[in-house]
Parts: sequence; structure tokens; C-alpha cells
Amino acid sequence: MNTIYALWLRQVKKYFRSRSRIIGSLGQPVLFLVAFGFGFGAMYSKAGGGNYMQFLAPGIILMSVLFTAIFSGIELIWDRQFGFLKETMVAPVPRIQIMLGRTLGGATVATIQGIIVFLLTLLIGFRPEHLYMLPVALIFVFLVGLLFTSLGTAIASMLEDMQGFQLIMNFLVMPIFFLSGALFPMKGLPKIMEYVVKIDPLTYGVDGIRGALISLGDFSLGFDFMVLGIITFALLVFGSYMFEKIQA
Amino acid sequence: MNEETDNIISVENLVKKFKDFTAVDHISFDVKKGEIFAFLGPNGAGKSTTIKMLTTLLSPTEGKVIIDGHDPARHKNLARKSFGIVFQDPSLDSDLTAWENMHLHAVMYHMAANLRKGRITDLLKFVDLYDRKDSLVKTFSGGMKRRLEIARGLLHHPKILFLDEPTLGLDPQTRNHLWNYLREVNKNEGMTVFFSTHYMEEAERIAERIAIIDKGKIIATGTAEELKQETGADSLEDAFLKLTGSAIREEEASGLDRLRSMGKMWGGRR
Repeated sequence: MNTIYALWLRQVKKYFRSRSRIIGSLGQPVLFLVAFGFGFGAMYSKAGGGNYMQFLAPGIILMSVLFTAIFSGIELIWDRQFGFLKETMVAPVPRIQIMLGRTLGGATVATIQGIIVFLLTLLIGFRPEHLYMLPVALIFVFLVGLLFTSLGTAIASMLEDMQGFQLIMNFLVMPIFFLSGALFPMKGLPKIMEYVVKIDPLTYGVDGIRGALISLGDFSLGFDFMVLGIITFALLVFGSYMFEKIQA
Repeated sequence: MNEETDNIISVENLVKKFKDFTAVDHISFDVKKGEIFAFLGPNGAGKSTTIKMLTTLLSPTEGKVIIDGHDPARHKNLARKSFGIVFQDPSLDSDLTAWENMHLHAVMYHMAANLRKGRITDLLKFVDLYDRKDSLVKTFSGGMKRRLEIARGLLHHPKILFLDEPTLGLDPQTRNHLWNYLREVNKNEGMTVFFSTHYMEEAERIAERIAIIDKGKIIATGTAEELKQETGADSLEDAFLKLTGSAIREEEASGLDRLRSMGKMWGGRR
């Protein structure tokens, strides 16, 4: 328990110490909000979709959660290259605790990042409908953070250096973002595209947080929660398994 | 009988293969409780690989290891409690302070919360880093980092301290300082010290017994004096050259050498 907490705290401390990283990682969501939100806004409402900023903001919040979480998981490669991983690997604690501490830390950092972006969306014009649903949205944000930190950790356990990072960004993380319902509604998509969107786990995060904040969603909140919960659990188990197999 | 219980490390026919390449080739040796033992060999001889197997980081292909009564391949966490280690490459978190690095280690090694503060303070003072306890490790020089790693390795009162090329890249002053610390702990607490090096004079000056390892095999074990007598050499360096000279290299084909250097390359990235 202590080990999990100590490693969790390590991740959170490191996050708050890298201010340039925090500020740097806010550039992209703001750019997306401004360019897409204002750029497509008129078209979207003409097509009868309503206010695009309202629709887009939850998706952009989760985009930053996704990127931060994957990155936190991938950071394992840095720990491996800079040696700290070995220190944790010879410690007399079960590796599952090390993995859990790191992953919970990464998910927490991603959640904080999500909250910061949420505050930014308020400045740009996003208005959540029900403030009492904010805790529910927060649960979804954390769950998405946990899911993708576990995925990042699992991937990082298989890689030895950062050379594969670009590959992961372009063939995994970007598709997960663009093919979720973050930017466009699912209704009226071509059938194949609809299937792709439906197997993207981020879709259920976006749907859940949209359901909580603006009462708009293709699935029920319970269903979103269940899908995310199951995938997160599976990835945690898989991530732990891969982590267990690391030999230094 | 008595001999068995005196040995804190015992290694029997230990082998590690990476695909076709044999990094460690049937080595056997024992280290006595409280001894300072050196693993002397050129780069790529298999020193680090052996240390990784002794410290649960790699599982052996074959052979038997006992560390303080436990098999590091099977009872990892029991073995892990008994030793501290200073790795060849730095293994500190450079975004944390010296204190935080020590504290994290204390937590992971289940040190009682009320003892942590005093012990960390003592050790940071011992390696002259107490003034810098709240500085981020990334602001430290190489020598300071190494001192911090040694302090961290000693934190949980290990019975054995492993050091993998601990003085590599350090200036003579720091090197001297470091061995003074370690000899003090060895004397006062009876802690066994196992270190690897490719500096002959270091092995000769510091270690009570030396194992010479080359190309994955242990060629000779003994005190520096014994090794010199055995080979009729005046210095350990001559003894080393006599031992690692013709006999073994002739057997090695050049193709295998190439494989070895490849293995080193890949091994180095792990």
C-alpha cells in the first residue's frame, strides 16, 4: 500500500515540477477548440446540429486526457533508459504494486490535465448544463486516464527505446482520438466507419462525459461506464502481465 | 558444514545465454560473510550479467545461486531484502530531490516510518550530501550521484552490497572517498561487499579475494597474493595477462567474437 502511494506521489510531484510540460500540453487543446470550435461552428449549426462548441468541448477535454495518459505510461521507457526502473525492479515489493502506483499516478495526472482543459473550455464558451453532474464527468475522465495509462504502460513494457514512439502516436493514439466520437456525431456515418467508432474505447469516454455534461449521448451512462470499466480492467491486467515480464 | 553457513553468496554452474551467445558460461564461486570480493575482468566479460542474475534482474539459463539462503530466481523478494545495489549506470530519479530518492527507497524496502528520517539523515551526512538534500538530483555531478546511490544502497541495512563498476568515470579523490566509506561499513557492520571492476589496482588494493572472469568464464579465484604466486607474476596485472592470455583466446573463433560484441551492444541497451 505504502509503495503504491509513494510511486503515485512521485508521478504527481514530477508533473507539477514540469511546468513547461503543463503549459506546452495546453497549446494543442486550445488550438483544436479555437480552430474546430469556431471554424466548423457555423456549418454545424446550419446543418441542424446545434452549438458545436458544446459538442466539441467534452471531446477535447478527453483528447488531452488521452495524450497525457498514454504519455505517462510511455514514460516507463524513460525510466528504463535513465535507470530508475532498475531501482524499482530490485526492490522487495511485488511488481504489481509498482505498476499500480505508476498507473494510478499517471491517471491522476491525466485527470488534473483534463480539469485544466475543462476550465479553459469554460473561458472559450463551453457551458455545461448540469453542474451537479460534474463528479460523474470526473469519474469518466479518471477512468479514461486509467485506461490509457495502462495501455501506455503495456506498450512501453514491450519497447526498449523511444524509437517506436512515433509509430505509436501515428498508428494508435491519433486514430484513437480521430476515430472516436470526439469531433463528429455518430449518427449518419457510413456503416464501416460506425463500427470502427464503436470499437474505439475512447468513444465511450466521450459519450459518457457528454452525457454527464450536456445530456447528449448515443449510449446510456451505465453502458459507457461498463464498457470503459471492463476495458480498463483488462488493460490493467495485461499491463501488469507485460510489466511483470520485463527483465533488466 | 561450517563452510556452507559461512558463505553468504554461493554460485554453482551458473549459465546465461542470450540466444546463441553465452554471456556467462558455467561459473562457480562462493563469497564469505563479511568479505570484500572483487569480480575482475575486461569489459564484456560477463560481470554485469552475473550481477544481474545475483540480484534478480535476469533469470539464469542454468545453474544455482543462493543469496543469504535464498534462490533469487525463485524467492525474489526474500533475496531482494538481503542486498543493496549500486548499478553501473545511474538509477536515481533526477526529477526528485536527494531526500525524495532516499525516502522512496525506504518505503519500498518497508522501513518503519519512525526510523526513516534518522537513517536517511545519517547516511546523507555520511556521504557529505546532507547540505544538498533538497536539491534535485539532476543538478548533481557524477560523483555526487554515485555517493547518493551508495547511501541509498546502504539505507535498508543490507547484508550484501553489490557494486557494478562503482568507480567508473570517477576522479581519484572521489574514488578514494567512496572506498573509505565502504570499508568503514564493511568493518563496522560486517556487511559483505561484492564489486566488479576492470581496474587491477582497485581489485588488489580493496578486495580480500578476487575472481578473474573473462569471456564468461571464471579463470582463477583467490587473494591477490595467491593469484600472483599461482602464475609466478610480480603484479596482479601480469598475473591477469598470463591467465587471460593465449590459452583461452585461441579457442575463440572470430565469428563468436563478433557475436559477443553484438550481445554486448544489445545487452547495453537493456
